[in-house]
Amino acid sequence: MTKSSAAPSGVTGATLAKDLRLEWRSKDALNSMLFFSLLVVVVFSFSFDPNAEESRQIAGGLVWVAFLFAAVVALNQTWARELPNQVLDAYRVSPAPANSLFMAKALGNFILVAALEILMTPLFIMFYKLRALGPAWQLIPIAALGTWALVVNGTFFAAISLRTRSREIMLPLLLFPVSIPALLAMVNATTAILTGELSAKFWIVLLTTYDVVFTIACLLLFELVLNAE
Amino acid sequence: MKMKRMFPILGLLTAVLLSYALYEALVVAPTEQTMGNVQRIFYYHVPSAWTAFLLFCINFVCSIQYLVRSNPVADKLTNWTVLAIAIASCIAAFVIRPLPEGIEPSSVATTGLAICGLYFLIKKCFSPTRTDALAVVTAEVGVVFCTVVLVTGPLWARPVWGIWWTWDVRLTSTLVLWLIYISYLMLRRFSSSGQTPVLAAALAIFGALDVPLVYFSIWIFRTQHPQPVVGGGGSIDPVMLHILLINWLAFLCFAGLVCWSRYRLEILQREVEETQALEAMLEPRGSR
Repeated sequence: MTKSSAAPSGVTGATLAKDLRLEWRSKDALNSMLFFSLLVVVVFSFSFDPNAEESRQIAGGLVWVAFLFAAVVALNQTWARELPNQVLDAYRVSPAPANSLFMAKALGNFILVAALEILMTPLFIMFYKLRALGPAWQLIPIAALGTWALVVNGTFFAAISLRTRSREIMLPLLLFPVSIPALLAMVNATTAILTGELSAKFWIVLLTTYDVVFTIACLLLFELVLNAE
Repeated sequence: MKMKRMFPILGLLTAVLLSYALYEALVVAPTEQTMGNVQRIFYYHVPSAWTAFLLFCINFVCSIQYLVRSNPVADKLTNWTVLAIAIASCIAAFVIRPLPEGIEPSSVATTGLAICGLYFLIKKCFSPTRTDALAVVTAEVGVVFCTVVLVTGPLWARPVWGIWWTWDVRLTSTLVLWLIYISYLMLRRFSSSGQTPVLAAALAIFGALDVPLVYFSIWIFRTQHPQPVVGGGGSIDPVMLHILLINWLAFLCFAGLVCWSRYRLEILQREVEETQALEAMLEPRGSR
């Protein structure tokens, strides 16, 4: 179990490739996420109409809240896609390690949300007249670590909420409370870099800790959750 | 049957203890110099917080045991880990100098030993399926006490600090704890009965990992909440401490009593469900 999760096995690669191919053909998740975050950008931009100084203060929070809500769209369909033809049940009886499946799903979501972020960032810069006063390159590790923090727990909780009634509502209810430290770190790190007043180092360390702790927890517990009957 | 006789007696005792504690807190306790009578809310706020944290701690231990005890290897591993934590905390209390401000060596050692004791006590007294029932009960009662903490806190803060709420370390981590356990109860309500225990236990473990992270991330900023008065940096008048502890005892008795009756109810409910399922299986097809 642990061996296969350490090195991406054939199962991980195959599942990841399948998910990405499906997404490439339909583009369901990416399109709805893009449109949703576009709406958030537009709505907030005209309701606050901030100047450059104000938007430096609020943009960190705004960007990440928009991505968090948009990510829920992708996360919700991660496992729901496997239900119609009993794919998940087939997976459960197969000898393939559960953690490979988990890693494939988490990586797939990571790629989707990262694509969303790359596409949306220019729009955010345009609407909010953003210009970082701190070291802007640090935003890249922050975005990578933050996205992983959201999707690793999101994928895990999506597997939990799959077993509940009204699963689409359940996922954010489970995910958001646990994501508070990650969100706090992402928002504060981004704001620190945009305003250039403080160092983002502490928040990057916190995000890394969060990622390590919860990735381990997910890998330890996922098999139990997948096989819960 | 035992419960029928014991419950009223214990209930009466708890009621007497609670009213005595109320009298002590409102009449006997000296009025605080700078805050005045508002400070008396402290005798409810702090015992509720301690009770809530204790209940959530029990919930965490139960959740781990529910997941671990079906697997002998994991079970043994967890036993050793818990023992190691207890030993490590005792050693750390003597070795690590200086400890972070506001933490005393004795409280580090006691916490480690208490967690270890709690773990093995629950393991001894409850079978694996019963630990799940205990987890439900402690989560529900814990949320009630945590709500009391979150309501009495702002009531005190408004006159003393001049604000209802601030994103201080203890306030934030308590709020996050409360949010996580609300989502825990919702998950239990919304998932189908067979899978609930495993899913809920997994969520409880995530919550227990989350709260320390919240705590330490906000700890970096200067904290506004008064230092802990017992086992921490703050100081307290001995009379006040005495009354505080009486109140905590009363709250603990009350919480224990509520948990006990709720636990009984949960067990009975499960027995009824099992019997119904069995009857449905035994009943010949098409007889209804």
